[in-house]
Amino acid sequence: MTMRDLPLLEIEGLTHFYGAQLGCRNVSFDIYSGEVLAIVGESGSGKSTLLNCLSAQLRPTGGTIHYRMRDGSRLDVYGAGEAEQRRLLRTDWGFVHQHPHRGLRMGVSAGANVGERLMVVGERHYGNIRAKALEWLGKVEIDGARIDDVPNTFSGGMQQRLQIARNLVTEPRLIFMDEPTGGLDVSVQARLLDLIRTLVADLGLSVIIVTHDLAVARLLSDRIMVMKGGEVIETGLTDQVLDDPHMPYTQLLVSSILQVGA
Amino acid sequence: MSLSEISEQPAGYNFAYLDEQTKRMIRRAILKAIAIPGYQVPFASREMPMPYGWGTGGIQVTASIIGPDDVLKVIDQGADDTTNAVSIRNFFARTAGVAMTSRAEEATIIQTRHRIPETPLHTGQILVYQVPIPEPLRFLEPRETETRKMHALSEYGLMHVKLYEDIARHGHIATTYAYPVMVEDRYVMDPSPTPKFDNPKMHMSPALQLFGAGREKRIYAVPPHTKVVSLDFEDHPFSVQEWPDTQCAMCGAEGVYFDEVLLDDRGGRMFVCSDTDYCERRQAEGHFGHLHASGGAGAAAPENR
Repeated sequence: MTMRDLPLLEIEGLTHFYGAQLGCRNVSFDIYSGEVLAIVGESGSGKSTLLNCLSAQLRPTGGTIHYRMRDGSRLDVYGAGEAEQRRLLRTDWGFVHQHPHRGLRMGVSAGANVGERLMVVGERHYGNIRAKALEWLGKVEIDGARIDDVPNTFSGGMQQRLQIARNLVTEPRLIFMDEPTGGLDVSVQARLLDLIRTLVADLGLSVIIVTHDLAVARLLSDRIMVMKGGEVIETGLTDQVLDDPHMPYTQLLVSSILQVGA
Repeated sequence: MSLSEISEQPAGYNFAYLDEQTKRMIRRAILKAIAIPGYQVPFASREMPMPYGWGTGGIQVTASIIGPDDVLKVIDQGADDTTNAVSIRNFFARTAGVAMTSRAEEATIIQTRHRIPETPLHTGQILVYQVPIPEPLRFLEPRETETRKMHALSEYGLMHVKLYEDIARHGHIATTYAYPVMVEDRYVMDPSPTPKFDNPKMHMSPALQLFGAGREKRIYAVPPHTKVVSLDFEDHPFSVQEWPDTQCAMCGAEGVYFDEVLLDDRGGRMFVCSDTDYCERRQAEGHFGHLHASGGAGAAAPENR
């Protein structure tokens, strides 16, 4: 059995309460390398809580998460120290926020934003950092001439693409995305989705993407998880779930998509 | 001190202004800072009879370590006779009555605002810095909770982001003061507003270096013979300011840190040593620059005339 056959991330009985308030309950699933999983559901269904728990940013009340490291060892994410968790999040993982100002340093140049992770892992050659930043700006279709401009001067779509470049520069294996296309207009959304799909395929990334937009889920994901009231109510291959939803809530969700010209 | 002893003391301030309990508290912070070179130790900074920004951190450190036999030197911008230096010297003259000097090698304690003396320091001396902002990561990361975590986990990539920005904007590392250093391969430290020219003097210094930030309530230290390395990039190595072909107009010194002094409104200017003690000493030894009253070696007109 090769490493590709072993799950990259194993989630077992994940539960989180905010005091007495339920965040998410008893979520279990595996994600394999190169797989894209969409978590869909309405606002307040526990999607973001789940994503924060998965990405080691919110210690869950119960349950375990194990991550397969590059050397094949299996890391208990919440059993590991904070140093290890933060290192993972800055090297082997990535997190694309819905709002770019949460994921970018708005006061420093685009080049420094992309280069930061390289400097975090010990790159100390300015020329190399700059070359790598230029390369990645190109990959996310940002004009290299903008490398010294601050993200505040970028459009929303560009900021989002910059955030993706910043995350991918250390060649992570697992990316978390929280509504990456939220707040963008439709044509910009389409372009961003196309870019994400290309990068994911080229780099063989595993992605866990949270969205309330079923079109995004259909376009990007292999598998889908539908959440309601903090629990996973339906899971399966994306096309299967969206074409033939079993649960009443999923049926409602699918049928509520506006069919233009249908 | 017993009650009877206290009652025999003349009314007024305790020796060196601070009460003994406060001094103990500050000394404990200093000892911890020395034990963990470069680590910022919080302390309960006191109100001092002068505003923040006038060196209240350095003064509290000095007041806590000074004894009746100490000899104090105070420097402001390298000079012994500028406002800040004079007011601090007067403060300790009145509250501690210790001997004062301007000669770097005679002092047991040197309180400084910016410069490290040009005269090499020796074992047994203590250099006390007045620090405005002790946190080197502050301008990129405003959250104190986060910067503390970054220090704890040695996550210092952000410091290089600042240097990267410098090169991207100016073509070279344009940070000239408060230039970040790595202390003993562990903590990144802000060497206070000293010019980077003085950073190499911190490395393996035989003197003890103490840093006090009054408003920010932090004390940190570099013990004698400690590694202090200025951060840089492989292809943009650290370098200090240079003034090629420049000599002090008063004492003719080269390769020291210069102040530029404007002489008139027609572009006339001169460069003089920022360290006044060093400059005066050289003049006393018979070294003269071209603008010295004695006529100097050159006695030429100022530059750019």
